[in-house]
Formats: sequence, C-alpha cells, structure tokens
Amino acid sequence: MSAWSRREFLKGSLVAGTGLAAGVGFPKILTAQGKEPIKVGILHSLSGTMAISEAPIKEVVLMAIQEINKAGGVLGRKVEPIVEDPASNWDLFAEKSKKLLLQDKVATVFGCWTSVSRKSVLPVFEKNNGLLFYPVQYEGEECSKNVIYTGATINQQATPGIDYLMSPEGGGKKRFYLLGSDYVYPRTTNKILRLYLTKVKKVPESAIAEEYTPFHHQDYQTIVGKIKSFSAAGDAAVINTINGDSNVPFFKELANQGVTADKTPTMSYSFAEVELQTLDVKPLVGHLASWNYYMSLKTPENLKWVKAYKEWCKGHNIAAKQCVTDDPMMHAYIHVHLWAKAVQKAESTEVDRVLKALEGLEIASPVGKYKVDEKNHHTWKPVYIGKIRADGQFDVVWKTKSWVRPEPWSDVTYPGRGCDWSKNGKGSYDMVGGKRVWLSDKS
Amino acid sequence: MRALVAALVAAWALTGLGGAAAAGPGALDLEAVARRLAAPATQKAAIVGLAEADDPAVERLLRALKDGALYTYKGRIVILGDDGGLTDVASQPVLDAQGQPASVETGQESVALEEAHFGIIQRILERFEVFSPDRAKRQSAAFKLGTSGDPAAVGVLAQAVAREADGGVRLVMEEALAKLRLRSPEPKDRLDAVKRLGRSSSEAAVPQLRALLEQEPDPAVKAAARTALEDIDRFVVRRNIVGYLFNGISLAAVLLIMSLGLAVTFGLMGIINMAHGEMLMIGSYTAYVVQEIFHARFAAYQDYYFFVALPLSFVAAGLVGLVLELGVIRFLYGRPLETLIVTWGVGMILQQCARLYFGDQTSVNSPTWFRGGVEALTGLIFPWSRIFIVALALAALGALWFLLNRTYAGMKVQAVMQNRAMASCLGVSTRKVDAVTFALGTALAGVAGCALALIGTVDPEVGKTYIVDSFMVVVLGGVGKLVGTVVAAFCLGLSNKLIEPAIGGTAAAVYAKVAVLVIVIWFLQWRPTGLFAQRGRAAAETA
Repeated sequence: MSAWSRREFLKGSLVAGTGLAAGVGFPKILTAQGKEPIKVGILHSLSGTMAISEAPIKEVVLMAIQEINKAGGVLGRKVEPIVEDPASNWDLFAEKSKKLLLQDKVATVFGCWTSVSRKSVLPVFEKNNGLLFYPVQYEGEECSKNVIYTGATINQQATPGIDYLMSPEGGGKKRFYLLGSDYVYPRTTNKILRLYLTKVKKVPESAIAEEYTPFHHQDYQTIVGKIKSFSAAGDAAVINTINGDSNVPFFKELANQGVTADKTPTMSYSFAEVELQTLDVKPLVGHLASWNYYMSLKTPENLKWVKAYKEWCKGHNIAAKQCVTDDPMMHAYIHVHLWAKAVQKAESTEVDRVLKALEGLEIASPVGKYKVDEKNHHTWKPVYIGKIRADGQFDVVWKTKSWVRPEPWSDVTYPGRGCDWSKNGKGSYDMVGGKRVWLSDKS
Repeated sequence: MRALVAALVAAWALTGLGGAAAAGPGALDLEAVARRLAAPATQKAAIVGLAEADDPAVERLLRALKDGALYTYKGRIVILGDDGGLTDVASQPVLDAQGQPASVETGQESVALEEAHFGIIQRILERFEVFSPDRAKRQSAAFKLGTSGDPAAVGVLAQAVAREADGGVRLVMEEALAKLRLRSPEPKDRLDAVKRLGRSSSEAAVPQLRALLEQEPDPAVKAAARTALEDIDRFVVRRNIVGYLFNGISLAAVLLIMSLGLAVTFGLMGIINMAHGEMLMIGSYTAYVVQEIFHARFAAYQDYYFFVALPLSFVAAGLVGLVLELGVIRFLYGRPLETLIVTWGVGMILQQCARLYFGDQTSVNSPTWFRGGVEALTGLIFPWSRIFIVALALAALGALWFLLNRTYAGMKVQAVMQNRAMASCLGVSTRKVDAVTFALGTALAGVAGCALALIGTVDPEVGKTYIVDSFMVVVLGGVGKLVGTVVAAFCLGLSNKLIEPAIGGTAAAVYAKVAVLVIVIWFLQWRPTGLFAQRGRAAAETA
C-alpha cells in the first residue's frame, strides 16, 4: 500500500484548503504537506506511582493526534508528538517542560495530573509564554493565562455530588463525613465543601466531620468505626477524596464492618474507571462517584470513541481488561481536538492567537457539545452521578439538566472573584464596588 | 408477641389514621383502582389513595404502571407480563373469546403515566421492598421506612413484621416500627416505642429520641425517653471501648505477623534485611497469581484459592530468601552496613520486577467467607478477615516457637546463633543452618504478605508500608527475643488504637502514629536494648 491513499490526499487537501486562506493550488498543497511538522509535547508520568493513571492519558492523546494526522494534519502540517516521561517526580515535571518549550519549541503541551505537578510547571509556562492543556479535575483557585483547564472545577464535580446526596433521589442525606488523603486537593475541596454545606445548604457544623490520612495509609479500622457511629441514624454520607491505593483497605473495611452503600453511600471524587480496574470492586458496588463522563454513556459519539479506543488498545499491546476510558481520558482526548480546531481557526500555532481562537470554541465530544468558556480558560460540561457496578463500570443515576459553568474561584470561598482573559482581561479579579480589580495589579 | 405487636399496630392504624385506612386492605376494589389509575384525570388521586396500601397486588399494579406494562383490553385493565401473556389485576390470566390466552393488539399504547407522578409511585414502591425475597433488601427497606418518619408506612411495616421469618431482619423491622410509633398520638404507644428502643440499645434511634424529648407533652414518656437515651449512651461508650480493644488487638496481630519473619532474620541472625517488605510483597503476589489461576481454571472452587495460596506463598518467599542468602548475603556476614545497602538494592530490584511483570493493576479479592463479620455487640462487627489474621498470627507464632525450642533443627539454629564457633566444632554445618534459617524468616514474611492481602493492597510498593513498622516492633521488643517481638507488637498495636480515638481532630491517624513513634524513641533512649534485652555471651559478642 502506498503511503498516500487517494482518500487521505483529498481530505488533506480539503483541510489544507480551508487552512490556507488564499491561492490554494495543487503544487502549493504538495509543498504544504512537505512543510515541517508541528511539534506538540506530551508530559505525563509513564513510570512511578502516577503511571497507572497517566499512561492511559498519553494513549488517548496519541490517538487523537493520529486521527488529526489521518485527516490531513493541522494547517496542512502533520502533528508530531514528543513524549516525555517525568516519572511521577515533581521537579522532573518542571525540567521536562522547560526542555519541551525551549529546546523542542513545541506549539503546545498536553500534560500533568496531580496539582503539585501542575503547580511546578506553571512558572515555566508563564515565563516562556507556553500553552498547557490540563485534563484532570482539580481544586480550582487558579486561572493562568497559559493553561486551558479541561477537567472539572469544584462546582462541576464536588458540589453537584452534594446536591445529589441531599436530593430525595440521593436519599436526602443531612450529615457528611469528609474523608481524604492529606494533600492540597482534598484539603481545598473540603474547605470549599464545608463552606458550601454550611452557607448554601444550611447544614450545621455539628453535622460535618472531616478527617485526613497520609498517602498509602492502610489501617482504616478506627475511622470506619467513627463513620459507623456518625451514620448510625442512616442520614449520613461519606465524601471520599482518598487517593490511590488507600481506597482498597478503606472500602474493604467499610464492607467488613457492615457499612452498606444503600444506608451510608460513599461519594468518591478521585477514582474513575481506570483506577477501578485495579481495585477489588466487590466491596465498592453501589457506592457513588461524580464525573463529567463515564465509559458506559450511551451517546453515539461515545460508542464510536470507545470502539476506536479498543481498536487502538489492540494495536498497542494494552490488555483488554485495562482498555477502559474514563473522565480525564475523555478530557485529554477532546482537548487535543480543541487545540487543533483552534489552530485551524487562528491559522497559526502562536500561543496568543490560539488562546484567542479558543475563547468560546465548541466541539462535539462523547458527552455531547463541549465548550471552552469565553473568558476563564476552563470548559463547560454536564455532570453525571454514577453508581459503581460489579464490572467496574458506572450506572448513571443522575445528570445535570445542562452544561455547568466552570468556576475556577468558587463562589462560596471567594464571592465576587472571577477570571477573565478575553480582550482587556488580565486574569483573576475581585469585584469591588461594581468594578473589577485585577489581582495582578494588587501585588 | 409478634401477633400482638401486629394487632396493636393494626388497631392503632385503624383508629389513629381514620378514614383512609378504615376501608381496610381487604376491602380494596383493585379493578376500580386500576380504572382510576388508567384515567388521566383521576390518576394522581388514585396513586395518592394507594399510599397506605399494604396489599402486594397493589405493588404489582403500580410497578406495571411505572414500567409501562399496563394496558386496556376490552375495557378491562390488564398487565403485560415478561412472557407476553396478559393477566388481570388479581394475577389471573386473561383469556380471549376462544378461551386462548389473550394478547395486546400490536401498536396499542400502554397506559400513560404522567411524569410528575413518577416520584410518588417510586416512594410507594420502595415501601413494598419490605416484602422482597432478598434479605438485605428487606432489611434496608425497613430501616429506611423507620427513618422516614412517615406514618403511612406503619401498616406495611406491621404486615412485614408478621410475615418475617428471619430473626435478624425482624429485629430491624420491629425497631423501625417503634421509631414510627414515636409519632403516634397515643402516649401509651409512644411509651412502648421508647422502651422498645431503649432495650435494643439502638444508636440509630438517638436523633428521633432526642427530638421526642424536646416536644413530648407526657411526663411519663419524657422520663422514659431520658432513661432510654442514657441507656443507649452508656451502651455506646461500653461498645466503643470493646471496639478499640479489638482494633488494637487486630493491629497488634498485623504487626506481629509482619515482623515474625524479621524477628528471625534480624532478631536471631542479625541480618539487616531491607528487602523484608518485598518478601511480604512476594507473598501477596503469590496470592494474586493463585487467585488468577483459580479464576481462569477452577472458577467453581474460586473461594478455596486462599488455602492453596497460603502454603505456596510460604514456599515462594522461602525460595527467594534461600536464593538471596546463597547468592548475596552469605558474602556479607558481619558487615551490617553493606548488608543494609545491598538488601535495599535487592528490594528495589524486586519492586521493579513486580511492576514490570504485574503492572500496577492488581487486586486480591477476599474469599466470600472472609467478607462481613460477626456482630459482637449491636452495631459492632468483628470482621472475619481480622479474626483470621489474629488466629494466623498466633498459629505462626506457636509454630515458630515450637520449631525453635522443641525440635532438633531448632536446637541447631539456636546453637549456631548463640555460639557459632562452638556449634561448628560440634559438627553442626553452620553454613547450611544460616541458609535455612534465613529462608525460614523470609517464608514467614511470605505468609504474612498473603494474609495481609485480605485487608490491604497488592502493589509493587506495598513493601515500603511494612518495613518500618516491622523493624520498629523487633527493635522495641529487643533483638533476638521472640517474646519481645510479641509483647512489642501488642504494646504498639494497642497504644496506637487507644491513642487514635483519644486525639480526635482531622488527622488523628497521623498524630497517633507520631505519638507512638515519640513514645518508642523515648523508650529506646531509656532502654536501648528494648523490652527484653539479651544477656550473656551472645549479647557481649554482638555488642
């Protein structure tokens, strides 16, 4: 088979045709195809503790790039991925991002998972005016000019989870046990949730308990005992932000001590389908999660995407059991296409022009239409509550009526604070007496 | 007693709730109700009218309406079954003019249910779950009805109590019934309910009892509620103490079993084996591999995999230990620092091998009989897996003690460890004894890893979580003394689990660990040789 199928050639010329504004002719396309590829960086841990979550992200990003290249590339140029492995090491994240931006001169980077890794690359991107697409739900309180945050903010995952638990369908829960690993994401999330519960939902302080355990904590006997007492009356739920392997002993202990999902459900924010494949799912069945996407969604786009990913797994030596899609993977896959669409629209890979083109940009996704906010560099999406099934998938039990607006600065912790990077925007601001005061001007 | 409760409740339902219930369940004209359900104008009223029904036929009717299986057939309301056959509201098959089973005309639409009524039906149907054939469902439905505070559920619940054959579920139902009866208008009913709840020491009833106490007009009921609350409070305190003790003992058993192997390799032989955690990891992965093999080959005997995995993990870790001793450690006797570095490196190699071969995506499922536990006191469950680990730790300890003190092989081990030169002179092959003893230590670690997979994680880095605790136990106990290891494990386990609830705050688990570490540091400053110091020549030699 020749490298140039007729169909690809036509597609390529179409894309190139719309990309190059004027004077499109045959010879020109040939030169366009011959042009240097656009380099993009992929910065996800492929070894170390985070590899389990981040390696699948790399796969879908590569898959999206392949799709784009098959359709003729961007601006008539192929997209060339440069994969770096920061090995779950925060310092290495900063180093590798410097290498990608300065040495490889990539047009954009798709990367990071933990908030620590994002915070450590942030200065590099801001100093060198790079562009980072970040696919994971996070605690907010950040709004960088150089980052597009496609994962959920607190109000797109955590607070809808509470809304559901307090609703009649969710069991009308009145007491909440906030349990998490001891680091920035759970602490910030719970700070916001506590304010949300007390101020917006009028839950008394006495009906909220908060507890943290170190990473890799194994012994949840005492804590589960406390949860049992706390929830004896059947009107309580657990909000779980425990990270990684500690979820195993926690859920085993819950099941063994007879805390059942239908009486005391646990709403988890930090594991999705990929992580579920690594756990003994039986003790988790019936517990809840809140995400913007589930593999089990029955939209035509999702069925198509899941099928395509399964094909990809076959070609890339990924075992069938591990070949699942989840929320961060969906965001990662979509943001590659978002970037491509923005570059096409901007007719340039220059960061400022791409950012301008991204404002309000819409794209079809496995969860239906997906949109970048006009101002704050975050995205609009629906929220789904899912119930864990015995096969490690989720049954959707509740869904928001429409897209939820992203709030990088939560309204309950920072009333009046927002973020605007459009036109004259200078990032985060406070509303003071009806006027916007930029945070960057304050310091 | 059961009948009495039911009769009492039924009587109260009849008198207390008046008109709606007075019609009585038996008098319900299902045909008429079904017709009213089918007519859009009367649908809502009909559904609401069924709120207090307790006839299972009503459940069937409502479920059919909700699922869109309700049809009209020649003016009658019929239900379409899963098999395509039609039955009437009393579950009798519907026949057509020829006496054959009737069927719905193709294209006919089912009786429409208005969106707004969906929730009401859902709530009524939930009530009927107390008749479900599934034990767990009955129990949770009864519990939910109890907390709902919905007096309309009394009839259903009383019916359910009368029918319930399972003692445990009936207890939950009676308690739920008592909770609902706290709202009865009759002071006597309320008094009975309060007493019933006080007797059952149910923590779940506390909020309702408190609420009752605040608004109760009748002084007798008020006093009874106060006593009931005090009784429950006292019970909860007692139960918590028992719970903490059990937690402490089970943590102690975990610590004991993970450090027994180290008590041999480090305690007896003086080898600082930093790969001890990885030996546990090997045990855990053995459990995982055996589980996967059973899953693929002998799915019918899935639950028995654990009994194959336990001895196999002993063998597997023992073999790895033997290879480690023969290949590496024997060249390093008497050089503790080098041993430390080398075994640490070996541990990292083993970790990486596990990661390359198994990846991070593994989990060990407990056999079904290790799920759940035994209810020691109301609301306090001792999980079977914990009980098993306590038993296994004691069994391993007993076996090790017997081996070392009551067998010829054990005597040789002791002889070599106490005075190597003399033992060698007397014809003991010290090389062989060293190798076998080290292998025994790692084999014990393998068993521990296999058992701990029941309650913990299986991943390449799991060894890290064990190694520190293991060394702490052995050092605190006094190097070289088995009894020291046992006592140290129990001291650490109990103190950790008694300190943790005492601290409170948002990170009690961390502070408890820190507190225990501080105590250990202080203790070792005071007695550097640990709880049980070794005396005599051997001690002088190592010093």
